[in-house]
Amino acid sequence: MTHLNLSPVRPSDEPLPDMLRETGGASAEFAHAAPRPMPEGTPIALSAHNVGAWYGSKKAISGISMEIAKNAVTALIGPSGCGKSTYIRCFNRMHEFAPHARVEGTILLEGADVYAPGVDPARVRQRVGMVFQKPNPFPTMSVVENVAAGLRFMGVRNRAEISDRVEEALKLAALWDEVKSDLKKPGIALSGGQQQRLCIARTIAVEPEVVLMDEPCSALDPVATLKIEDLMRGLAERYTIIIVTHNMQQAARVSDYTAFLLMAGDGAGHLVEYRSTADIFTNPHDKRTEDYITGRFG
Amino acid sequence: MTRDLFNAEIRQLQDEVLVLGSMAEKAILDSLEALRGGDREWSKRIIEDDRKVNKKRFEIEDRCIFVVASQQPMASDLRALASILYIITDLERIADHAEGIARINVMLADEPLPRKLGYIPSMADRAVAMLRDSLKAYIEHDVDSARQICDADDEVDRLQDSVYDDCIKGMIADPSTIQRNTHLLWTAHNLERIADRCTNICERVIYQVTGRMEEINISKY
Repeated sequence: MTHLNLSPVRPSDEPLPDMLRETGGASAEFAHAAPRPMPEGTPIALSAHNVGAWYGSKKAISGISMEIAKNAVTALIGPSGCGKSTYIRCFNRMHEFAPHARVEGTILLEGADVYAPGVDPARVRQRVGMVFQKPNPFPTMSVVENVAAGLRFMGVRNRAEISDRVEEALKLAALWDEVKSDLKKPGIALSGGQQQRLCIARTIAVEPEVVLMDEPCSALDPVATLKIEDLMRGLAERYTIIIVTHNMQQAARVSDYTAFLLMAGDGAGHLVEYRSTADIFTNPHDKRTEDYITGRFG
Repeated sequence: MTRDLFNAEIRQLQDEVLVLGSMAEKAILDSLEALRGGDREWSKRIIEDDRKVNKKRFEIEDRCIFVVASQQPMASDLRALASILYIITDLERIADHAEGIARINVMLADEPLPRKLGYIPSMADRAVAMLRDSLKAYIEHDVDSARQICDADDEVDRLQDSVYDDCIKGMIADPSTIQRNTHLLWTAHNLERIADRCTNICERVIYQVTGRMEEINISKY
């Protein structure tokens, strides 16, 4: 696995900037959401401190702090427009692709600041891969070329190594048995569910530490959805998974921890509650979470 | 999005729980009256009517399972439906204990009247009061009242001990009463189990409201 030499965590004796202070940026009604629901000693893959994000002058999320447990599945739920996708796109610096986009706060990947000067965003995106709502295999490439694309981009040239890693990625994505007899067929010739698993294979081929999944099943039928969900549980043994979903049963089925985000009066998304998935779906502590997951929101 | 239909469905199920509760209560009261009066035919009707209680319980259970499958409830909705499933089981078992008392009366039918039941009617009064209080706590989501049910359960346990003492003394004094006193001990046991089932209902009330499992059936007595 290629590891990056990102900048270290800020030295502990260095004062925190104002934007990183605990209550900074969040209104009082959202200030109590604890950023760490996991037991003491749980390894942390990613720490987000007081993260805010803008599209031009429009603030999309405000003051969100969360620690993401390593080798676990963390789900983000909330109504449309509450900033779930924006938040996870900050984790791998994809938010900055949007025109006039801006991020504040700190995001630490294995303790290193992904926004520190000198960090290559492309390398961050290799460590924090992403799977999107709609399967998006490269249309002109075969199954094997799709999975190999990321490896080639990383500079892997050895054919045997590429072949081995493609096979391993397709096996991990539970797609190998379905495509091994015809690896040269175009990726877009696969079914929707297979295409999404191909995209997952492409993502994990470059051996990321974190995989972001932005509504990965919303374009799939129920059978394909359940396959991806099973796959997620398996992948969590090797990777840290963060999933954005509107399907609350899906969040309840696949995740270990769940965060509920909501747009506040300032028009920005805030963190309302972040707990173990069992707690969120059987006994949420915040009435707004209760109202949302029981379908009585609004 | 207020889920009016789902809310109405839950209210309807809660009403059905109360109907089942009133069937169980009637079974207790009737079985005691039939025992007191030595009315074998009445007891046979109570035994027969237990089928209606079982049928009602399964109807509610079927409806609950359909609502879970179709509405995919979460959080307090899920706890409400889970509580109903447990409470109807306890209510059906309470009616079974009343049926047990009716069966004892059928066996005791040759015993002379008037029957001396000692503390058994007091036990029955308290068990019925516990049933009413537990269902009131359920419908009012009253956690404090649910927790207080323990005190009443202790009182039922004390009365059962008194019944036991009286029956043993009676058997020693007059061995010809061994069979009758043994039947009375069974009756007291049925009433004690009814009281325990009421504490189970109260534990479900606490779970439904707070989301926490709490053991309240720990006797101080």
